[in-house]
Amino acid sequence: MKLCRVVGTVVAPVHHPAYDGHRLLAVRPIDPDGTEAADRMFVAVDRAQAGVGDRVLVMADGSSTRDVCGGGEFPIRTAVIGVVDEIEVHGRVLYGTDAD
Amino acid sequence: MFLGRVIGRLVATQKTAGFQGQKFLLVRPVDEHGESAGDVIVANDVVSSGPGDLVHVCDGKEAAMALPDSFVPSDATIVGHVEQFDVSTAADSGRTGAGRPR
Amino acid sequence: MLIGKVVGTVVSTMKDEKVVSLKFQIVQELDERGTERNKYIVAADTIGAGQGDLVLFASGSSARQTTLTDGRPIDAAIFAVIDSWDVDGELVYQKEGLEVLGREPSEV
Repeated sequence: MKLCRVVGTVVAPVHHPAYDGHRLLAVRPIDPDGTEAADRMFVAVDRAQAGVGDRVLVMADGSSTRDVCGGGEFPIRTAVIGVVDEIEVHGRVLYGTDAD
Repeated sequence: MFLGRVIGRLVATQKTAGFQGQKFLLVRPVDEHGESAGDVIVANDVVSSGPGDLVHVCDGKEAAMALPDSFVPSDATIVGHVEQFDVSTAADSGRTGAGRPR
Repeated sequence: MLIGKVVGTVVSTMKDEKVVSLKFQIVQELDERGTERNKYIVAADTIGAGQGDLVLFASGSSARQTTLTDGRPIDAAIFAVIDSWDVDGELVYQKEGLEVLGREPSEV
């Protein structure tokens, strides 16, 4: 899984039927401290009611993502599966309500 | 999965079975500012895209799962036409998942 | 998928039995303008491409989705010989002796 920040929303009304009912988000990988990682932006379906600016957990493995989306063979490869509450590294809370 | 701009078309007659009737398009990956974000790739298409379109590309093994014959060596397929792409360069929302309605 | 040029072949006698009978070719990546990139890959040839041919190849697990590479330890496969391509409406490449100008890709 990857730690990302949601940077945008993508509206694509003409799509493969696998995307019926799915919201698409543009996400950018971040380091645990919130700085942007070198990896480029990508898109993911939203399974966690995430919004722009949220730090999120993104499943970037195809077969696991398809499992999360009900299982089967369809062209969905990445999904936002959670909104991050807290990030702690080496005992220090870097993000969340108890952040140092 | 990523966003890209269709910049061209490619024709190949001699190809592996299963790709008959499938289109190949050249796609330039773009970042949140619409700028080029990586090498141009070749993608199949299931949503009637053409040059100039901003599209959503599914990569990896899932790319073939969009095609009528999914036993093909496709590693990129255009699965959506992007009509609107809103980007925020603002930092964190500060919102966490805790206490939010599920 | 990426555009490449077949620049050589690799012959290996001592190899895993799962790759016996496969033909391996050295492919140099080209960019959308046909310019050579300094990137080379060894790919299984599934269609009988020849030296100098401009080809399409797939990478990763997708490369195993052909009857020749199915279930084999292959991570790159040549699956098409390119006739032509255009960028921004201008023809970049056209195979010699081929008349496909003006035809829609879907007609081929």
